[in-house]
Amino acid sequence: MAKYAIINQRVPKLDAPVKATGRAKFADDLVLPGMLHGAILQSPVAHAKILNIDTGKAKRLPGVKAVVTWQDAGLVKYGVSPARYDETLFCHEKVRYVGDEIAAVAAVDLETAIEALSLIEVDYEELPAVFTIEDAMAEGAPQLHAEFPGNICAEVHQEFGDVEAAFKECDIVRTGKFVSKRQDAAFLEPHCSVANYDFSGHLTLYSSTQVPHYVMRTVAMVLGLPVGKVRVIKPFVGGGFGPKCEATPTDLCASLLSMKTGKPVKVSYTREQVFLHCRARHHYVHELTTGVKKDGTLLALHNKAYLDGGAYTSFGIATVYYAGSLLGGPYRLPNMKYDGYRVYTNKPACGSQRGHGGVIARAAFEQQLDAIAAELGINPVEIRLKNAMQRGDTSCNELFVSSLGLKECIQAVRERSGWDKKKGSLPSGKGIGMACGFFVSGAGYPIYRSETFHSVVVIKVADDGGTVTLQTGSAEIGQGSDTTMAMIAAETLGIKLSDIQVESGDTDLAIDLGAYSSRQTLMTGHATKEAAESVKKQILEVLSDELKIPAREMDIRNGLIVFKTEGVDFREIRTRYMKEHRGWTDHPAESSLTFKEAARLAYLRKGPIIGIGKYKPPKLGGSYKGAAVGTSPAYSASAHVVEVSVDMETGRVSVEKATAAHDCGFAINVTSVEGQMEGSLSMGLGEALFEEVKFDGKGRILNPNFGEYKIPTALDMPPVESIIVESNEPNGPFGAKEVGEGAILATIPAILNAVYDATGILIRELPLTPEKVYWALKGKKPPIR
Amino acid sequence: MRKLINVTINGVEYELGVKPNLTLLDLLRYEVGLTGTKKGCETGECGACTVILDGKPVTSCLVLAVQANGKKILTIEGLEKDGNLHPIQQAFVDKGAIQCGFCTSGMILSAKHLLEQNPSPSEAEIRKSISGNLCRCTGYQKIVQAIISVPGRTEK
Ligand code: FES
Ligand code: FES
Repeated sequence: MAKYAIINQRVPKLDAPVKATGRAKFADDLVLPGMLHGAILQSPVAHAKILNIDTGKAKRLPGVKAVVTWQDAGLVKYGVSPARYDETLFCHEKVRYVGDEIAAVAAVDLETAIEALSLIEVDYEELPAVFTIEDAMAEGAPQLHAEFPGNICAEVHQEFGDVEAAFKECDIVRTGKFVSKRQDAAFLEPHCSVANYDFSGHLTLYSSTQVPHYVMRTVAMVLGLPVGKVRVIKPFVGGGFGPKCEATPTDLCASLLSMKTGKPVKVSYTREQVFLHCRARHHYVHELTTGVKKDGTLLALHNKAYLDGGAYTSFGIATVYYAGSLLGGPYRLPNMKYDGYRVYTNKPACGSQRGHGGVIARAAFEQQLDAIAAELGINPVEIRLKNAMQRGDTSCNELFVSSLGLKECIQAVRERSGWDKKKGSLPSGKGIGMACGFFVSGAGYPIYRSETFHSVVVIKVADDGGTVTLQTGSAEIGQGSDTTMAMIAAETLGIKLSDIQVESGDTDLAIDLGAYSSRQTLMTGHATKEAAESVKKQILEVLSDELKIPAREMDIRNGLIVFKTEGVDFREIRTRYMKEHRGWTDHPAESSLTFKEAARLAYLRKGPIIGIGKYKPPKLGGSYKGAAVGTSPAYSASAHVVEVSVDMETGRVSVEKATAAHDCGFAINVTSVEGQMEGSLSMGLGEALFEEVKFDGKGRILNPNFGEYKIPTALDMPPVESIIVESNEPNGPFGAKEVGEGAILATIPAILNAVYDATGILIRELPLTPEKVYWALKGKKPPIR
Repeated sequence: MRKLINVTINGVEYELGVKPNLTLLDLLRYEVGLTGTKKGCETGECGACTVILDGKPVTSCLVLAVQANGKKILTIEGLEKDGNLHPIQQAFVDKGAIQCGFCTSGMILSAKHLLEQNPSPSEAEIRKSISGNLCRCTGYQKIVQAIISVPGRTEK
């Protein structure tokens, strides 16, 4: 018999049928009676003083119900991290990027709202702008924010061990510069918010967000509402991947306009506005110096990173910390130094995206590791196995890995890909590459400094017995968290999955910090398990008292009460239940006592049966400045092998096969774990091969659409073999930890290393467009156009 | 100035007064209330708004409502029969081909058209036929597997 009745199996997602039939309602599908439509005026210039804003004509346009600017919104500064609140809802004295918000309009329909925008007159005095990291950091550069001189948004300097001394002991020390480009998260659903401010002063906001809790706080803070009067509800969300991890101008504008008009207001972004809002992956420049012994033992790393942050901070402080801390694992690396800079430029702000902060650092490092292995004549697999961390290790930057199936991941992809046969024996133009990944399973600390619980789950048993409702503020955004929580609850409680209903993504239900930093399976999962255990205990206690049998001698399985001793007489309970339900057709006919009867009895004796589960990470290590970013209750590991074909004439790279292994601790829903692995792989493949947000000389995005910003189609994706490795994480519910983000980390470097294998050339700049590869094959730099 | 059009949507006839610049996508979503058809770009590039117009898949954001006059439209809402999921819908559910679900309607309709034209497509043909439907969540693997698994498909 399987150890588990429900978890660790393949379960169709509970919300799949409503999505398959078009019933699922996303934010833009919502229509409230009397709803107005909002639109946002955005700056057409990258850097300018605002001399005057005249909204007179717009206000007079028939059908316009409100026009708001900073004078209506106030100037409360907000952002993601309280350490860097540097945004206001609307620009006040100046604009800092093409797309900066200036005003918003609510009107009877979208057409009228857009027409009104064109009637708002703004006088600008253009200022010199900076668009590159170098220009922003140059002496005398134009400044974006007076409070942050030199355009330095954040800088980090950390050293663990003694890197200089360690380099002296190394047999080889290699330095390389690696460059990536700005990526867009390209979720399919543009942001949308529908706000409804009612007469009693309560605001309800439906938002396409990953983090209802943080949106609630930001909206309340910025608009001056008591936090208890703001309720954020997340309808179905069409993907997030990071940029939907913060309150957006659509949230704030819809809310403000609803407050001004007393009517519900919808504000959506167009696809172009999604690109303009951005908050996605930064453009990174990493300079890595790595030192190893002749036998491949890693001794030291000096990592310098420059991040092009755009005009505001968003998640950027965490990003610049992660770009250092996540190289602390998954290899034993005794000495590590990090110097990171996040720089303001006159472009849309970057933020968090899948694999937050760690993706490019990982790509650069894994590529350098392969180059070093080649120089030393060591197989790329062996150098990784040799340095792999293991359960119980603590990294030099104090990351404690309570489980880590890295070696198992490496061995799995080695075998399943046929690595040993293929490596070194593929024809020219064909290559095989491998790389590993490492990621947090939830941030150890909330974004704002607080001792808050990270997750609370409430499980209510229907008073009539039988069914159960699980309430959580966590955010189902397509990754399958609702199903995961239902599975954990059903398993713990011993009832059928179909007897559980999940209500989620609503700040009125219970606190949950949301879907970011790959936290929900572990954290919300913990709270779910605890809540279910409490329900079970309450019911069995009543039953124990009623039947005079110790609670430890009974259990609940598959919706039935199981007694350790034979012949327990529960006829009295059943008779009572039947009497209460005269005329009903679903009387329990089982020869065992049912959960339904026991739950009903518990209600009759105690009142409503409600179980509450709470989760807060244990005190985590790291006493140095910035230790909060990177500490996590658990870490995942991964390894990928990819095979590529490089057209030696045209430079076109195609990925022909991918074998991916991920240590998720324990797979609650096997199908969902694979889904996260496959989805991560496609996002990584896009970033490796073709994704790049491009700008013209005035800071305008050249490709804010899917025609020119290419994301992988079904034709770009190779067949993927996903291998789940289970290391049984002691800090995770049933041993589970993350998969949603960590699975992307190995993809880009595995592709880079396969291209290196195919061509013998290290290409240190993403994406690997045919043009770039072509010139690399020619041994030349591309001509400057 | 509104123009009167007659369309048949999922077998139901409608007579509607529409603005000349209204897209078929907005007609379906905002005037008829069939929000299963999704809006991901409005420029014909994501495929989320795919519907079947007189037997052919189109991106409804690039079709004007007036162009649909006199035509038959099938949207995702028209696929179930007698309360049962269409076999393609069922396959998407069973195989884990749906994550956020935003691409799903268009994806299923593209798959339906493919299987009508070619009941036993190869994997390459499946990939080609859904290459106009972007999915950012799944990496397409389980979508391809779902289409392969639809009953009635014969091995090639
Ligand atoms: S909305 Fe029509 S193709 Fe994207
Ligand atoms: S399931 Fe999210 S875009 Fe396809």
